[in-house]
Amino acid sequence: MPSENLAITWRRLPERYRLAGSACDNCKTNYFPSRKLCPKCRRKGKIIAKQFSGKGKIYSFTEVTSGPVGFELEVPYVLAIVELEEGPKLTAQVVGISDKEVKIGDSVEMVFRKIMEDSEEGLIHYGYKFRLVK
Amino acid sequence: MVFMRKVAIVGVGMSKFGEEWTRGYRDMLIEAGGRALADCNLHGEEIDGIYVGTMAPGSLVGQEHIGALVADFMGLNPVPATRVEAACASGGVALRTGYLAVASGAHDCVVVGGVEKMTDTPGNEVTSALGGAGDQEWELFMGATFPAIYALMARRHMLEYGTTEEQMASVAVKNHLNASKNKFAHFQNEITIEMVLKSKAVASPLKLFDCSPITDGAAAVVLMPLEKAKKYAQMPIEIIASAQASDALALHSRESMTSLRATKVAAKKAFETANLAPKDIDVVEVHDCFTIAEIMAIEDLGFFEKGKGGAATQEGKTALNSEISVNTSGGLKGCGHPVGATGVKQAVEIAWQLRGQAEARQVKDAKIGMTHNVGGSGATAVVHIFKRAE
Repeated sequence: MPSENLAITWRRLPERYRLAGSACDNCKTNYFPSRKLCPKCRRKGKIIAKQFSGKGKIYSFTEVTSGPVGFELEVPYVLAIVELEEGPKLTAQVVGISDKEVKIGDSVEMVFRKIMEDSEEGLIHYGYKFRLVK
Repeated sequence: MVFMRKVAIVGVGMSKFGEEWTRGYRDMLIEAGGRALADCNLHGEEIDGIYVGTMAPGSLVGQEHIGALVADFMGLNPVPATRVEAACASGGVALRTGYLAVASGAHDCVVVGGVEKMTDTPGNEVTSALGGAGDQEWELFMGATFPAIYALMARRHMLEYGTTEEQMASVAVKNHLNASKNKFAHFQNEITIEMVLKSKAVASPLKLFDCSPITDGAAAVVLMPLEKAKKYAQMPIEIIASAQASDALALHSRESMTSLRATKVAAKKAFETANLAPKDIDVVEVHDCFTIAEIMAIEDLGFFEKGKGGAATQEGKTALNSEISVNTSGGLKGCGHPVGATGVKQAVEIAWQLRGQAEARQVKDAKIGMTHNVGGSGATAVVHIFKRAE
């Protein structure tokens, strides 16, 4: 990932730190990451704030062994698509396991973790990851 | 659409795909463009428009403004030159843009180029630059790479349809075999199923040989109205359909992860425009950035039932001169994937096939061909259908 400046990081904090998303009050669809326009209702839509619980299930997963810039020290890591119990899906890492210890359908919950460091003197980015729920 | 002119390809050319240490963006594109012009015996005065598909020259080597750069170094100033970007579909969308420019009557002779210079940049930086085709803030930030995103699709395809790693490997084996018959291809060697299965893990279940390589290269085609094309080409190739569709940028926002909706929508529109069905296609170049992508493509384009693409490949139904010849050039896997060049290279290969100039990889009596180019993990898909002009 290329370096993110402070402004980008700052404006994404509510979503990345505590899964603050949005919903359309017209069609009742939940959105995470949040959307400022409902793609189903467009101008008829009414976007409101929606807090997600952080509980969900593994929809798909992979173990990344060849990582992008900034993740050189993180590999290998399990990356998953998590289906939140409120409906939306998101992309996130699953902590503390290898791909041999996870399967589609497993229950997970959100945890707050360090995502990566821009550089030795750059920002340290935090956000959501998930862990298996026994 | 009634006012649209018919459009034909009159000239095609490409650079040798591979690790071209001695050449950059302008060198490769000028070679491909020069070959395309020579192919239809044009000197250059006739050209009144240039479109160049390229994805990430800014991230890769710090160069933007590729359109003007090419016009300058091809000696074509002051002809208008426009860069087109749609991630890995940049070439296909550039072709469609050129097609629309000629079909509309705005231009009479257009050169469409596609190019990417990838080996000047370290591998992990290329991975990050290509990652820009996905959602930077919600996929890449979390540690996703493109192999990882396609691996997430592969895992679902395996679960929902029983697709196996061997079936995916058979895509790579077939495409390397085709590439070995193409002197412009990055890879000239055959591989085995075992070599694919034993190759280094990249993003499970995808391994190194499931992935298209990092390649340098360029391709170009010359477009004219069909009525003028006969004067310049012995065998003009008519573009009988051009269709494009969009979908969510992030994989996690899509309805399905085992099918690309943009591909299905674009293919449906293209088949309707051309009044044809999948069974009418003799040869197709599909977007096999990863082996699973070819399996999904041949299903979504309608050549095989959903979920049967892996088995069909393993049974040889997509091999050269079989049920449907898929990726005779070697595809992205074997011929290489200089991202912006790929969509244009696909049209070059189809033109060679329809003219009977594809040498050892010639599909017998190929009359109708198709190209399928995808941007990102499926947010853009562009489909073209071609036939030998009467």
